[in-house]
Amino acid sequence: MTVLTSIANLLLALALSPLLIGIINRTKAKFAGRKGQPLLQPYYDLIKLMKKGSVYSTTSTWVFRLSPVASLAALLIALTIVPSGGMSGLLSFTGDFVFMAYLLGLARFLTVIAALDTGSAFEGMGASREVQFAIIAEVVLLTGLAVLAIGTGKISLTGIYAKLWDSSASSLGPGVILVAFAFLIILLTENARIPVDDPNTHLELSMIHEVMVLDHGGIDLAFIQYGAALKLWLFAALLTGLAIPCRFGIFYLDMPVNIAGIFFTAILIGIIESCMARLRLLYVPQMLIVALAVTLASLLWILR
Amino acid sequence: MHQWTDIFILGLVLTNFHLLATSRLKAVIQTTVFQAIVLSVIILTITDRPWSPMLLALSMITFTVKGALLPWLLSRAMKKVSVLREIEPIVGYSISVLTGMILLVLSFVISLPLRTSVSMGSTFLLPGALFTTLTGLMMIVSRKKALTQVVGYLVMENGVYTFGAALAVKEPMLVQMGVLLDVFVAVFIMGITVHQIAREFDHIDTDRLSELKD
Repeated sequence: MTVLTSIANLLLALALSPLLIGIINRTKAKFAGRKGQPLLQPYYDLIKLMKKGSVYSTTSTWVFRLSPVASLAALLIALTIVPSGGMSGLLSFTGDFVFMAYLLGLARFLTVIAALDTGSAFEGMGASREVQFAIIAEVVLLTGLAVLAIGTGKISLTGIYAKLWDSSASSLGPGVILVAFAFLIILLTENARIPVDDPNTHLELSMIHEVMVLDHGGIDLAFIQYGAALKLWLFAALLTGLAIPCRFGIFYLDMPVNIAGIFFTAILIGIIESCMARLRLLYVPQMLIVALAVTLASLLWILR
Repeated sequence: MHQWTDIFILGLVLTNFHLLATSRLKAVIQTTVFQAIVLSVIILTITDRPWSPMLLALSMITFTVKGALLPWLLSRAMKKVSVLREIEPIVGYSISVLTGMILLVLSFVISLPLRTSVSMGSTFLLPGALFTTLTGLMMIVSRKKALTQVVGYLVMENGVYTFGAALAVKEPMLVQMGVLLDVFVAVFIMGITVHQIAREFDHIDTDRLSELKD
């Protein structure tokens, strides 16, 4: 039964993840007083890109062609580990959260190396920024997960998330909320959302993620965009499991709560994007260090 | 009740990080108001006995002095010398927060052996108080503007106050009242001094005062 429910959750994630980007765009449009693009626009974009052919520059090598497929594969495997709310993920083993962090790191490495492979100075700049912020962001992610592992005494993501809002772990509450706050900042950083990077700007000197994938086209770009949607879903699921203390133990109740939480996260991102301006690049590491400080405070709260 | 004390101490720790990370003086002063609220609640949650009128009075006075009077004096001084931001601190904000993290761990390590000798139910109180004191010290050392240093002094005193609340459970009134009076007078005088420095030299950067000769 648990295998069936986790497969169902995984299929839902695969089907619904592009919708998150549609929801974010719709929220931003509502805030700006526009009608906005259709909710399903990301799906239309993906279908359109699938139908197109690809053009490869003569300077790029097999690394450039490998990157979109391999990074999408890494993200798909990472998604099988992540539990949905209190429900178990498809794969679960000792120390799987470290494996997940490394898969995310691998996906990032492949994107960066493909950007460098094009030989474009502009893409190299984006790659350098991506890695610069990732240095702190990955520390925060791993520290946060370590805090949860120490707090719950479990060493697999499924175990951690099942025990988080258990009655036996009620003293963890404030610490968990702090980790959730740090994870929200990591979500915004990793998915290139507004306080860190503006996903709408093209060819501006301050952008990070968009600039790295400028040379990709056709089905490669579709893979990259779908991978970005999956990554957003993954982080939203991690955050929802932390922030929503609902554990019914029945699939038909847990599943809608979890999906609603993830969609609410998307709306929250839209609200943050509408209310905030992008930070100056110099201030992004400072924000991430504050997230690290918050995680440290939660670690000491749990160890007290 | 101790669960609540711990949560408020956690709030105190987070406000300390906010103080270390922010450059706007207005935000810094508002944070001290929040710290005052936390302090006035902590002395209520820390006792096991029912609240005496003395304790309630102390809580009220703490809030009035630290949460209303001193911030008012500070923001008045801020307006008079028209300094809005700490622009070039001696230690940058990212490094300040990193140092703050080291200080937090340090205060936990220091308070571990003290935990057994001082029994007070809440295990988070002692490190929280130490960390607040160290944060204030850090602000005094690492910032240039005299006004931020005054706030640093205030934060340091908040830490001492929390410490006092933890230890002087039997007769807190006398100790705390004395400390409150001292702080009030000190900030009052400092506010005047800041104003005088600004009027004489058109700035309140303390590092440039060391160049003065008679």
